Formats: sequence, structure tokens, C-alpha cells
Amino acid sequence: MDARSPAASPRTGHVLHRFANPGQFLRLSGKVLPWLYWPGLILTAVSLIWGLFFAPDDWQQGDTVRIMYVHVPFAWLASAGYFSLAVCSFISLVWRHPLADLAAAEIGPVGAAFTAVCLATGSLWGKPTWGAWWVWDARLTSVFVLFLLYLGHIALVRAFDDPTRGYRAGAILALVGAVNLPIIKFSVDWWNTLHQPASIGLTGAPTIATSMLWPLLFSAIGFTLLFAAIIVTRTRAAVMERRIRSLLMARASSATGQEAVP
Amino acid sequence: MTHLPYIIAAYVIALGVPIVLATEALFRVRAARRRLDVTDIRRNRGSV
Repeated sequence: MDARSPAASPRTGHVLHRFANPGQFLRLSGKVLPWLYWPGLILTAVSLIWGLFFAPDDWQQGDTVRIMYVHVPFAWLASAGYFSLAVCSFISLVWRHPLADLAAAEIGPVGAAFTAVCLATGSLWGKPTWGAWWVWDARLTSVFVLFLLYLGHIALVRAFDDPTRGYRAGAILALVGAVNLPIIKFSVDWWNTLHQPASIGLTGAPTIATSMLWPLLFSAIGFTLLFAAIIVTRTRAAVMERRIRSLLMARASSATGQEAVP
Repeated sequence: MTHLPYIIAAYVIALGVPIVLATEALFRVRAARRRLDVTDIRRNRGSV
């Protein structure tokens, strides 16, 4: 583990290393995972049945509004996933935390898959509503750019023989790409888009009917818990695989009498 | 429901992708744990 900590507070780095070292992570995540998977599965199932069979039709969109209960959570998670990727990348670059590297590498594929689902469900909503599978409008294009950023991160992390160099390059790309997040959020305000503006915001009352808002919130929480569960599970696997790799390398180097290269 | 095929397709994709990802992740953890049990001598001795 590299103890370098350039301009950052050593105290923060110490706290990070104490509470997020791989061994501690394996112990804590083992306890947390059932609390992510089971509520996530139950909330998702309830919300989808609610949205599919019990939520009302929209006066304008008709029954296609039901696609919203799966499309919107994936759209939120596509951005939230990239934000968490950027946070892990920041921690990786500043404190060189190995767990942040592994988490970032695992967030990439899951985020890309969730963004692809967001784009696919959006197309399935767009065809009956707009009459087109795809339009190059600012919101759709910026989300497509997000998808490409995820793919770029996946490719870059795996592009080097030395994993550390891959993690560094991926972290820089993730931080630079984070500029796309406010563009996605405000694209419907800054440009005249075909995509509708946000119905739910942090400030102001939601412009969506309560009978539609509740299943949407349940769905968003359910999918968020599942997203977190998948990331934590994959990171657990990555921690164990790294441990196996270092053990095998140590064994091989002791057999040949050379010093192990981590 | 006049747009049922679109709705069903969206729900299948939205449920299928997380299920596939979660299953793959759980199998990966199980495989890694088995390999670690074989590889890590200290763990097998119960010292860690």
C-alpha cells in the first residue's frame, strides 16, 4: 500500500485507510450485503407490480407512462454511478487508496450496463410517444456521451500491463468526464429539447401526480439498493482476487528466490 | 394497454440486466472465495 499523500490532509487519509482497508471492507460488506439485496429486491418487485398494474395511465402519454417506473431510476443511477466513480477516482488519485481503485474498476461495467438500460428503455418509450427510437437532442446525446465515458473507463483501466497505471489513467478520465454530469442534469433547461424537463427536483414541489410519484420513488430506492449491492459484491470479489494474485506472486518469488513485485 | 410490447420489453430489460449482473457477481465471489481458501495457507490454518 502506497502511503503517499501529497497535498491532502494526512488525517483524512488515515481515517480512509483505517475504515476502508480491504480486510475491514470484506468484514463490513459481508454484513451489509443482505440489507442491500433483500430490501432492494422487495422494493423493486413491489414498485414494478404497482407501476405495471395499479398506477394510473397518463392523460397525455397513456399507458406508455409505465415505462417511466424503470427508465427514470436507471437514468438517475447512470449519473449517480458516474458520480461515485468520480469520487472513487478522486480518492484514488489523492490518497492512492487500493480499495478506491478496485471499486472504481467495478463501478465502470455496472454503470455502463445501467446507462445502456436507460438508453434502451428511453427508446422503447420514445417510439410510441415521439414516433422515433432516437433523436439527437441534448439530453439523449449527453447520456450517450456518458455511456461512451463508461466504456472508455473500462477500456483504459484494462489497457495496461501494470494495473496501477490503468487505475491512474482511468481515474483521470473519470474526473475529466464528470463535467458531463451537470450537462446531463441541466440539458433540458439550457437547450430546447424534445425530452421533457425534470418532474422532481430538490427545490419545489414535484409536478407529477402522487399516485405516480410513490411507485416511482419505491422503484428508485429499490434499484439503487440493487445497484449498490452489485457494486459491493463485485468489489468483494475483486479484493479476494487481488489477495490471491499477491499470494501466488509471493509464492512464486520465494520459490525462485527473487523479491515479489506487487 | 395499447403499447404492451414496448412496456413488457422495457420491464424485461430493466429486470434482466440487474439480475444477470448480480448473479455473475455472486458466482465470482464464490469462485474467488474457493480459490482463496486453497491459496491462503494462513487462512486454512485458522490464524487469520
